[in-house]
Amino acid sequence: MSEPTIDLRAIWNESGVQAVLDKLDAELIGLAPVKKRIREIASLLVVDRVRRDMQLAAGAPSLHMSFTGNPGTGKTTVALRMADLLHKLGYSRTGHLVAVTRDDLVGQYIGHTAPKTKEVLKKAMGGVLFIDEAYYLYRPENERDYGQEAIEILLQVMENQRDDLVVILAGYKDRMDTFFRSNPGMSSRIAHHIDFPDYTDDELVSIGELILKDWNYGLSPRAKKVFRDYIERRRAQPHFANARSIRNALDRARLRQARRLLEDAGKVDKAALQTLEAEDILESRVLAGVRAVPEQKAGT
Amino acid sequence: MMTNPGNRVTQGQFSFLPDLTDAQITLQIKYALNNGWAVSVEYTDDPHPRNTYWEMYGNPMFDLKDPAGILMEINECRKTFPNHYVRVLAFNSVRGVESPAMSFIVNRPKNEPGFGLTRQEGPGRQVHYTITSYAATKPEGERYS
Repeated sequence: MSEPTIDLRAIWNESGVQAVLDKLDAELIGLAPVKKRIREIASLLVVDRVRRDMQLAAGAPSLHMSFTGNPGTGKTTVALRMADLLHKLGYSRTGHLVAVTRDDLVGQYIGHTAPKTKEVLKKAMGGVLFIDEAYYLYRPENERDYGQEAIEILLQVMENQRDDLVVILAGYKDRMDTFFRSNPGMSSRIAHHIDFPDYTDDELVSIGELILKDWNYGLSPRAKKVFRDYIERRRAQPHFANARSIRNALDRARLRQARRLLEDAGKVDKAALQTLEAEDILESRVLAGVRAVPEQKAGT
Repeated sequence: MMTNPGNRVTQGQFSFLPDLTDAQITLQIKYALNNGWAVSVEYTDDPHPRNTYWEMYGNPMFDLKDPAGILMEINECRKTFPNHYVRVLAFNSVRGVESPAMSFIVNRPKNEPGFGLTRQEGPGRQVHYTITSYAATKPEGERYS
């Protein structure tokens, strides 16, 4: 008698994971190592599920993750997709994402931190807890800082309620490394350390086009060339935040386009409303070479 | 005649049934959450039926999506007050309702001594009835230890 076989591919298709991964591929440019890692995690979860059905040992996998990377490399977006993915695979009951920062976890005075952290944890149960800028939780320069208390509660829940909650820590690479070095307990409880690489110039152009498509805008051929040039120069400037800088630049280009349209003719057609011309981007002070005031760090 | 062996306090839902398991409690809470009710945990050691307002264990939990968080709170309350009554309350905040929609006991003392009935004869031989919990003769916090 032969052993029964299971069509892994069929289970994969049935789970709806492919749809999430396809969406990830379509909406996120670049990030090849991240996508590869997510695909691996998804595969492991599918295989684990089959193993469990066949009564093979499959310990509840540790799904806590850490996303490190420079600003604007898509950590939050990927975390959102991850919540969806885990939900489709049945490793998260609700698939909702609770995004918090230090302020939501750490209290102001003694005895304030534990209830605050617990409340956030309770809200995130059944879904994914995304802690942005997680390194702020630990402040070595102040030994009376309440962040350590929040970390301890977090660790306890991460360990004991693995079925109920997935924690994703995010932050800039170097600071997260320091954070993990000073909190070895945290580091060892996180199975997946995923590093988000910076985007190349080509990828940033594609991202810009994708953003514009979302807004129902487009670049004229000349504007496209100028935009590429803009990206190269912008990268050399301080506070470059990858995709976020691109989004902000395009936002400003939209402002200039609106002003140009009003000043120029006053009469426009649909195409003119949709097209960003080269001069909309050329007016940027990045291209003018004026570097008097560094651009403010956008967002958080 | 003993109509209620063990003198179990019967307040709220399911109180005539054997104690709910954690899995059953989870399902009940899930029902409450699906209805959009805010769930809270309360405790007391005064079993008198007119003792309506119990002590709140933490704030009511709004905006929760999953029962696991509430079960965590219940277990913490059980750990803190192993010999108290602990109940779970689901509050319906819809305008015009604004009252608890569910209430059931999830933890009770090991020993429930029950109630004594006192008859007081008033003017004209009118009888006033009073029930007193045998446990409540001791001060608060020492009643079931």
